Amino acid sequence: MSFIKGFFRGRTSIQPIWVFVIALFIFFSFMSEYFLSFGNITNILVQTSTIGLVALGMTFVMINGNIDLSVGAILGLAASLAVGLQEVSMTLAILAALGSGILLGALNGFVVWKTGVNAFIVTLGAMLGVRGLIFLYTDEQSFFAMNFAFADFGTSTIGPFPVLAIIFLACALIMHLVLTRTGHGRNTFAVGGNPEASIDAGIRLGRHMMINFIIVGFFAALAGVLLASQMGAATPNLGRDYELWVITAVVLGGTKLTGGYGSIVGTLGGVLAIGILRNGMNLMQVPAFYVLVILGAILISVLIIDKKLNAPSAKEVRI
Amino acid sequence: MNAPNQSRQPIDAAPILELKGITKRFPGVVALNNVDFDVRPGEVHALLGENGAGKSTLMKVLAGKHQANEGKITLGGEEMAFENPKHAKRAGVVLIHQEQSLVPEMTVAENIFLGSLPRKPFNRVDWRKLREDTNKILETLKCGFQHDDLVGSLSIAKKQMVEIGRALAFTPRVVVFDEPTASLTDHEKPVLYDVINSLCEQGVGIVYISHRMDEIFHLSHRISVLRDGEYTGTVNTADTNEDEITRMMIGRSLELDHASKPSDFGNNLLEVRNLSVKRVFENVSFNVRKGEIVGMYGLVGAGRSEVAETIFGLRTPSAGEVILDGEVVNFRSAHDAVASGVALVPEDRKDQGLILGMNCRDNMTLASLSSVSSMGFMTSSKEREVYDKYHQAMKIKTPSWRQKVGNLSGGNQQKIVIGKWLHTHPKLLILDEPTRGIDVGSKSEIHTLVKDLAKSGYAVLVISSEMPEVLGLSNRIIAMYDGRVTAEFDGDNVSEDELVQAITGMGRQAQAS
Repeated sequence: MSFIKGFFRGRTSIQPIWVFVIALFIFFSFMSEYFLSFGNITNILVQTSTIGLVALGMTFVMINGNIDLSVGAILGLAASLAVGLQEVSMTLAILAALGSGILLGALNGFVVWKTGVNAFIVTLGAMLGVRGLIFLYTDEQSFFAMNFAFADFGTSTIGPFPVLAIIFLACALIMHLVLTRTGHGRNTFAVGGNPEASIDAGIRLGRHMMINFIIVGFFAALAGVLLASQMGAATPNLGRDYELWVITAVVLGGTKLTGGYGSIVGTLGGVLAIGILRNGMNLMQVPAFYVLVILGAILISVLIIDKKLNAPSAKEVRI
Repeated sequence: MNAPNQSRQPIDAAPILELKGITKRFPGVVALNNVDFDVRPGEVHALLGENGAGKSTLMKVLAGKHQANEGKITLGGEEMAFENPKHAKRAGVVLIHQEQSLVPEMTVAENIFLGSLPRKPFNRVDWRKLREDTNKILETLKCGFQHDDLVGSLSIAKKQMVEIGRALAFTPRVVVFDEPTASLTDHEKPVLYDVINSLCEQGVGIVYISHRMDEIFHLSHRISVLRDGEYTGTVNTADTNEDEITRMMIGRSLELDHASKPSDFGNNLLEVRNLSVKRVFENVSFNVRKGEIVGMYGLVGAGRSEVAETIFGLRTPSAGEVILDGEVVNFRSAHDAVASGVALVPEDRKDQGLILGMNCRDNMTLASLSSVSSMGFMTSSKEREVYDKYHQAMKIKTPSWRQKVGNLSGGNQQKIVIGKWLHTHPKLLILDEPTRGIDVGSKSEIHTLVKDLAKSGYAVLVISSEMPEVLGLSNRIIAMYDGRVTAEFDGDNVSEDELVQAITGMGRQAQAS
């Protein structure tokens, strides 16, 4: 119990998104007899782990006041490398995949830092360019994993727990601690909240920005490798639109687009909200397109509620 | 100091604006409790109170930004309920903001008529009418800019004039000035006073909020005071004095800053030699010893803040050197400066000093995270220790360390910035306008604190546009004008005239002739 208290302590108060997640959970438990089962719940975690891992990194980048639109493309490239290079060596393939994410993240961060061009534009360019690289590398072919160890890993379990769910939750815990307990995490908030004051306080803004882009690049690549392992294949279009899902999850979780505010706990809530909605409506046999419409509507209404709840109290009362 | 008989006699007329029994509650706080206030046509009615006393809230109620829970507002005998600022403006009540709300990319004319541009059929902008109307307003303001100047290119003082111009565009009946001189220098103020006087002559009622006693006694006919959201009374300016007003404001006599100046100096800590930044300042040389307070006095734009920023590594000098503790340092980033023991409390708290969305504790430890961390992870208890230490030492008023600094008053915010820097254990403390926009109580506390710091061995450089502050604090005073050091004075043996001459360039001409 004290662990849970400790987990929620710090800058996180109860966020609206968690109220929403719990409400969804209860709702679908009543609506579908299949929803509330251990198998289904671990299933939700596995389904959301891809978006979830990228969202962890994106939370850092967005709190930092930036955004990364290239995550979907990085994810696709990493997946292709992880499968395509397997004939050379399994280890090399995975290292190359993760390395490409780190490298591209560093490049994004470096360009944003040194040129001062808005991260939206820089990573938009990277999104297009990296997708092009995927097509160059794959020659528009899908790759299939011949290595069974790789293909089995994505669906393996430790005891009753799927490995992907464990990896996702472990990463979430680590990133929560990094964000709330380390100097890098605190400075990430500071730089996003007020870059000028941060520089004046002796914080090396560029370094933190680069580290955060590297973090999101790494997580995008990791998600790509795990997704390829789950599917036993990589297609050149893998990861398309993922940047939008990831940003949706992070914003649902209460992270501000303007920077300076957000949390991993919130992002976890945002990711789960999307996962539960998709899964639950699927079980209720709602057609997939309605799911999109509903998700869009929910994204906007959660933000409206958040704005209504937080606007007056924070600004007007002076003590 | 102004003798009471120099002040203006009260104007005898029925009030144009009356607020009666105004009560405004926020969740958990009563910001205003049964407050009365009125303004007569052609009068300047000063509103005083410490930060947090409720002045800003009262004015927001008046201007329609907030709606009162109880009480009524009467304008020209008619009861009003302003639903929003636009509504209030239409009725003739205009608030001139403390924080400027101009669009820098637009011209003066577009800013003045922002939201009410004159129109021609099909919703086209009537540029000619806009120009003519703007020129009429600029004539009354008598300030040196044109209707088509970009606001972003104007100085702070001129922006303030644009802000006033915006009020005039509405043919106002009541104009509220909220700290209008906070960013003005002494020689820019008369222009503002002229504008206020001419508004009075036209029968406009003026509400004037300021912390500066000299201005209030110079300008106002009557003075009202708020304390902790309560109305403490109204007096005629001619019948009162500063002591009485201060008592009304803080409920006791003010313990003025009577601490003596530091007198025990050590070796040279900071030496600046021929420091220049192209087109900003040139050939600046001075030194600060351990335990000494050096004041840097000059007008806004004289290059003082830029000198400080260059010492601190935020700007790259084009020539010259900065010597700290006998070593040439010329810092290339603020990070290096902090690591070597230099701290800069910047001019603009909100933009440069604080992360407004962060809580008090996190802001306090921002510049010294490694001191509260072990193995890369911050220790919550150590952070609290640091916060508690400075919280008590500087008497910071906050309900809890969790409070976001954006919600604190200016004085408390400034104390947090100073606390942040003290915890980096600097050798050199640079304070740029340390008490701008801060109430009298906090101001004198900060002055005492600065003197104590110097006595305990810090070398202190204070940049200020306020003469009493510079004179009250400094052992030596460096005067700057137009990017140059024009003179250096002994802080205890200098006349106000000498200082004014040095910072307006008159001293140089005198020397030349």
